[in-house]
Amino acid sequence: MKKPVELIFELSKSGRKAYSLPACDVPEAGEKIPEKFARKIDARLPEVFEVDVVRHFTRLSQLNYAVDLGFYPLGSCTMKYNPKINEAVSRLPGFLRLHPYQPEETVQGALKLMYDLEKMLCEITGMDRATLQPAAGAHGEMTGLMIIKAALEERGEGKRKKIIIPDSAHGTNPASASMVGFEVLEVKSDERGNVDVEDLKKLMSDEVAGIMLTNPNTLGLFEERITEIARIIHGAGGLLYYDGANLNANLGKARPGDMGFDVVHLNLHKTFSTPHGGGGPGSGPIAVTKELAPFLPVPTVEKEGERYYLDYDRPLSIGKVRSFYGNFSVMVKAYAYILTMGPEGLREVAECSVLNANYLLKKLRDYFELPFDRWCKHEFVISGNRQKKATGVTTLDMVKRLIDYGFHPPTVYFPLIVPEAMMVEPTETESVETLDAFAETMISIAKEAEENPDLVKESPKNTPVARLDEVTAAKRPVVKWDFEA
Amino acid sequence: MWNYIPHTREDKERMLEALGIKSVDELFEDIPKEVRMERNYDVPGPLAEDCLVRHMQELAGKNLHLGNCACFLGAGVYDHFVPSIVDAIISRGEFYTAYTPYQPEISQGTLQAIFEYQSMICELTGMYVTNASMYDGASSFAESAFMACSATKREKVLCSKAVNPEYRSVLRTYTRFRGVEVEEFGYKDGQVDLEDVKGKLNDKVAAIMIQSPNFFGVIEDLASIAELAHSKGAMLIVSADPISLALLEAPGKLGADIVTGEGQALGNPASFGGPHFGFLAATEKLLRKMPGRIVGQTVDTEGRRGFVLTLQAREQHIRREKATSNICTNQSLCALMGAVYMSAMGKEGLKEVAKLCYNKAHYAMDELAKRGFKRAFNAPFFKEFVLIAPKPVKEINEKLLKEGFIGGYDLSGQYPEIKNGWLIAVTERRTKEEIDRFVGIAGGEVR
Repeated sequence: MKKPVELIFELSKSGRKAYSLPACDVPEAGEKIPEKFARKIDARLPEVFEVDVVRHFTRLSQLNYAVDLGFYPLGSCTMKYNPKINEAVSRLPGFLRLHPYQPEETVQGALKLMYDLEKMLCEITGMDRATLQPAAGAHGEMTGLMIIKAALEERGEGKRKKIIIPDSAHGTNPASASMVGFEVLEVKSDERGNVDVEDLKKLMSDEVAGIMLTNPNTLGLFEERITEIARIIHGAGGLLYYDGANLNANLGKARPGDMGFDVVHLNLHKTFSTPHGGGGPGSGPIAVTKELAPFLPVPTVEKEGERYYLDYDRPLSIGKVRSFYGNFSVMVKAYAYILTMGPEGLREVAECSVLNANYLLKKLRDYFELPFDRWCKHEFVISGNRQKKATGVTTLDMVKRLIDYGFHPPTVYFPLIVPEAMMVEPTETESVETLDAFAETMISIAKEAEENPDLVKESPKNTPVARLDEVTAAKRPVVKWDFEA
Repeated sequence: MWNYIPHTREDKERMLEALGIKSVDELFEDIPKEVRMERNYDVPGPLAEDCLVRHMQELAGKNLHLGNCACFLGAGVYDHFVPSIVDAIISRGEFYTAYTPYQPEISQGTLQAIFEYQSMICELTGMYVTNASMYDGASSFAESAFMACSATKREKVLCSKAVNPEYRSVLRTYTRFRGVEVEEFGYKDGQVDLEDVKGKLNDKVAAIMIQSPNFFGVIEDLASIAELAHSKGAMLIVSADPISLALLEAPGKLGADIVTGEGQALGNPASFGGPHFGFLAATEKLLRKMPGRIVGQTVDTEGRRGFVLTLQAREQHIRREKATSNICTNQSLCALMGAVYMSAMGKEGLKEVAKLCYNKAHYAMDELAKRGFKRAFNAPFFKEFVLIAPKPVKEINEKLLKEGFIGGYDLSGQYPEIKNGWLIAVTERRTKEEIDRFVGIAGGEVR
């Protein structure tokens, strides 16, 4: 078992250093920083030498679980393999070391990559134009909703201030709606796990701006009545927003644009294999119909003859949602992934991710409650309710026990409409042997829950730390190192 | 077969058989026929790895990069030195292929690294709390306006025109849809025009928002602005360059309520503008108004020190539409780059970097002033400064580019009132020889 690591501040010793800088080759400035602006006490950054830094962060890294170490079936997060070649090409100095304000003629390769990536993402989603500016999925949601709001205001329909969101939606959906000043109306799910179309009809009015949908939804189920939903929303003057968190299941199979969506966000860090980085950087491009294209953030990348350029002259644009053009290195990785896979490869991604999910569900279905019994798409939701009722062992206990067996837990307690939910997304980059081993482990944990509940409740045991006291952490927050202690 | 997908023909047959179906198509039958994709995407590929590399090298080769020219351009992104250990650490799969640390028992590496990052940012800014990172300097600046509005229950902010135009643009977009009013105030000799602020400040204003060193590189008088803001119950929000904070007083010590900034200068490559990271730090009073993730220290069931994501009741996955922000994925790996950078440079190194920038920028300014360029503002500056060129900046920059230099930022687009204004950044990477050649070429344009 790996031991906890000391904090870098605890290694600090005055006089040590881990850097080398050239001597100053210009005269010292005659003009001094005015005394009232000058720092009085040095920032207490650590004083360590280079080996300390390398060992410290390497040891820390070893306390992490990661896709490179094993199966990571985190539902709605698409923890697929992050190809090494994408990391390598994104670090080419001609991509990594560009200043965003360099003259356009010196960054034609970068602009061409962005232009071509936009075209590819439009083809994949069935949309007309896209922006690569949003830095993450939630940022894309916010940008997409701003576009919807701006378009409605332009049409003179600013009174449409409500947005419909399913009760199974990601938390970012309602939070993004609030950021943009929309009021949230929640639509129920029906007995098949789809949007309850009758409930939807009741919610519609001339105050509704539109609907945010994930398809397949967070239960891993395809919205079978999607075209009917699109007719209802469009018929009442609203717009459809597609949350791209689950696009992996649709690659080469169905396009949001063909389903009737007006705005689509993509998570390059899910569907297009770019790494999650322990919580970012991601990238959340937005693709839209041609009617909404004038509202995209500035700048767009345009082409005139063989020259690529940035276009800021877009009077209806919502403006900017972050500085510059987005997370460019992430775009490079996604571009490399699409080129590596090609059209057949992308369809294979969807087919194998869906095959994997259904195969795994088949192996587990007799041992856990299954709230919706249908073919799933790239992920599925089961419940630990049976175990909780019978033995008091919760979903949280069972997934913590998974850690002892070397697996990352699935997403838990989400979606909110399924009690004791476990949301499992195997992705296409896992083999049948891995799925078999995971299924056997889950089944044996279900048995342990019956036979030896305390063992499960006290897990994990083989980790650098055991379960942590989150209540005290929130009650008496310690959010930085105490130098005085 | 595909190298990222393990399924052999036999595997697929075995899996289909287990499911009792003949073809994988049966799993997609719930997709309505009219929306099923019956053709291939019109996208290029597949490319074998070696072919992909050639293609990518060809594209990258069309770009001039900071490794083969000398850059005097800043305006928010700076050509600072990045020690090799930064990329070595963040290239570890255990860091970059992990998800957000929701399962603390197997995420202590990421959690502790963020805790260390938070501690370092709090040291630099002089604040009580910071989060695990924001998208960039611009969005952290915009989000801080919402924090101030929420804390003061007011719906208007005042923002300095000497704040980075990208940040102001993002602030306008964010606030427009949320119904928060932004009024801008002017600058005088490159610094906040206090008289203009006084005229616009009243008890409806949630915050005064400034940048220091500001877009012109000029150091602002934070203490005076803080006093003014607080006199009307408003907050002071400062966007700061973290490198400058090695030499400049921590904004927290001068009365700032929220300190935001762009972290790129801390060990992140220029990357054509991203990914970098934004930081957002605040006083203890604002702890529960913070957007995004915060790591806290606690103990495990056996009393050992450990770290968790804390105060999650503020966040979207718990609070949904009532969350302090919608932010979920942030820029964690970029913040880790910042933490490794700050650990490598340490207490002395960061000061040394800041002093090198300061001295070199002042040397470049003095030399250019000798060659017919006029200093636009007399106010003190850090590593960036504005000159009035004797002719349009575009022409000078074109000449410089031919000689392998990326010239300064042309202020004519965003600040037409500063005629022929030229914003020049000088980092520790610029040698005296480069500065002298730069001055020679630019000076040669003065006739």
